Amino acid sequence: MDFGNYLALIAPELLISISGLVLLLITAWVGDSAARPVSILAALVLGVACFMVGPALLEGAAGPDTSAFAGQFRADGFAAFAKMLIYVSGIACLMIAPPFFERLGAMRAEYPVLILFAVLGTGIMVSSGNLITLYIGLELSSLAAYVLASFLPGSGRSAEAGLKYFILGALASGILLYGMSLVYGFTGTTDFTLIRAAMALELSTGALFGLIFVLAGLAFKIAAVPFHMWTPDVYEGAPTPVTTFFASAPKVAAVALTVRVSLDAFGLQADAWRQIVIFAALASIVLGALGAIGQDNLKRLLAYSSINNVGFILIGLAAGTPQGASAVLVYLAIYVVMTIGSFVAILMLRDAEGSYVENIRDIAGLSRAKPVIALILAGMMLSLAGLPPMFGFWGKFVVFQAAVQADLILLAALGIAASVIGAFYYLKVVKVMFFDEPAGVVQGRSETGHWVLLIAMAIIVSPLGYLLTIPLGLLADRAAVSLFLLP
Amino acid sequence: MIGIEHFIVVGAILFVLGVLGIFLNRKNIIVILMSIELILLAVNINLVAFSAFLGDLTGQIFAMFVLTVAAGEAAIGLAILVIYFRSRGTIAVQDANQMKG
Repeated sequence: MDFGNYLALIAPELLISISGLVLLLITAWVGDSAARPVSILAALVLGVACFMVGPALLEGAAGPDTSAFAGQFRADGFAAFAKMLIYVSGIACLMIAPPFFERLGAMRAEYPVLILFAVLGTGIMVSSGNLITLYIGLELSSLAAYVLASFLPGSGRSAEAGLKYFILGALASGILLYGMSLVYGFTGTTDFTLIRAAMALELSTGALFGLIFVLAGLAFKIAAVPFHMWTPDVYEGAPTPVTTFFASAPKVAAVALTVRVSLDAFGLQADAWRQIVIFAALASIVLGALGAIGQDNLKRLLAYSSINNVGFILIGLAAGTPQGASAVLVYLAIYVVMTIGSFVAILMLRDAEGSYVENIRDIAGLSRAKPVIALILAGMMLSLAGLPPMFGFWGKFVVFQAAVQADLILLAALGIAASVIGAFYYLKVVKVMFFDEPAGVVQGRSETGHWVLLIAMAIIVSPLGYLLTIPLGLLADRAAVSLFLLP
Repeated sequence: MIGIEHFIVVGAILFVLGVLGIFLNRKNIIVILMSIELILLAVNINLVAFSAFLGDLTGQIFAMFVLTVAAGEAAIGLAILVIYFRSRGTIAVQDANQMKG
């Protein structure tokens, strides 16, 4: 492999980084009047990037040909699957942002540029084959995300969300780095494949500490219990389009990264990390469900819902098989659709003065004022709860199937039992919307762009989504297998 | 004779001090930023010590990356702190409670 082939493998990243820099220059030159065109250009760039990762996704690229720069970067099917999800959610967040920020008089042309850089960082994360690449990708996406969280000027809540996200995110990076330094010291390498080889025979105490610190740092990033406490505050305080982004792209990337690190670098020491992952999975499911019960803010509720869903994703990881990895990918794909759908539905609710409604009290009786939005939001809630006619059920089904086939029957049973607790608060939202006295708060029309996105997501989440199970399963299987065919 | 274990112990002490600094600090957010730097420096000591011990340059290259990112991280952290101060007029830790949690 020569340098030209390497550049071809990182083509999507090159495209996004170069266009991000050019767009940054344009915003610096033209100013905020360029916000709309820059958003459209950024969405176009991500669309092109989707087509660039398409071939690797369809053929499930694997093996040495996908490894660039001496194993630093991997453009395999697994990375392509995650990147496709990331790019699509990036496009969605670019579509919904301009109307929101313009209404608040806060649309800055830097928003699409920051989204591009965050997407670039998440793309590097899922493609990393080395601890150094992993760290650079993680920091690139995190640093952009800290700024995005505090993007709303003059809003104390947005600034507080940014500050909390920054402090806890930096702490997580520190813990992750400390773990990486120990792994490096006790295995003598930062390359995933070589770490795997070095850990093949026995796991020294130092390397075990390193492994635990690395997993703890990653658990922060995916918001798994016991490292979840930043999530509700950040989701509530950040502007809603940014929250949509946090709940989709970086979440996908961090989960995919955790899967790659656990199954590749630490793959031969699965017994060392399986206990940790199982604990985090069950704790996330239970705490996510219990924490959501008393909430009255919709974004906070969805934050706990995301903690709850990460628990189910981790069950797939705990299986540690190609089938488990495939289940994680399927779940992620469905989860991204449900999350974007729910947040877009919330974004479409405004009161008479045009400010955004976030409180559960205010959506009481929504089915009379806005029947379609109420119906779709109810569908999203039922899907997040995993009730059978909706597509969300399929995600939970494949995850539990993988766990059962990996002889983790007790884990699967506990997970199913705990998902019943979660159904309570999802159903509460449905009850408030359909059976409570109308609060009459929500008024006004919604943007066409939001409608398009909402209806697209609603169709996928509806029972029609089951038409996708076969192609989705096929792609996820190929992607998961590429993870196990090491370069 | 100073061996690798001394460096690891110093790194571990600095790391623990940094983490404690974040969690026990009840006063000032600037102190939290200092604690984060302390954690990153502990990591750098580890990386460089391991690199010298193993006779492998990767650790030192990694330390360079960490230093660079730490600079960017500090810049963004201070920028967010300035925004926060403008909207609140305080940088005390216990005042960061507009949202429960």
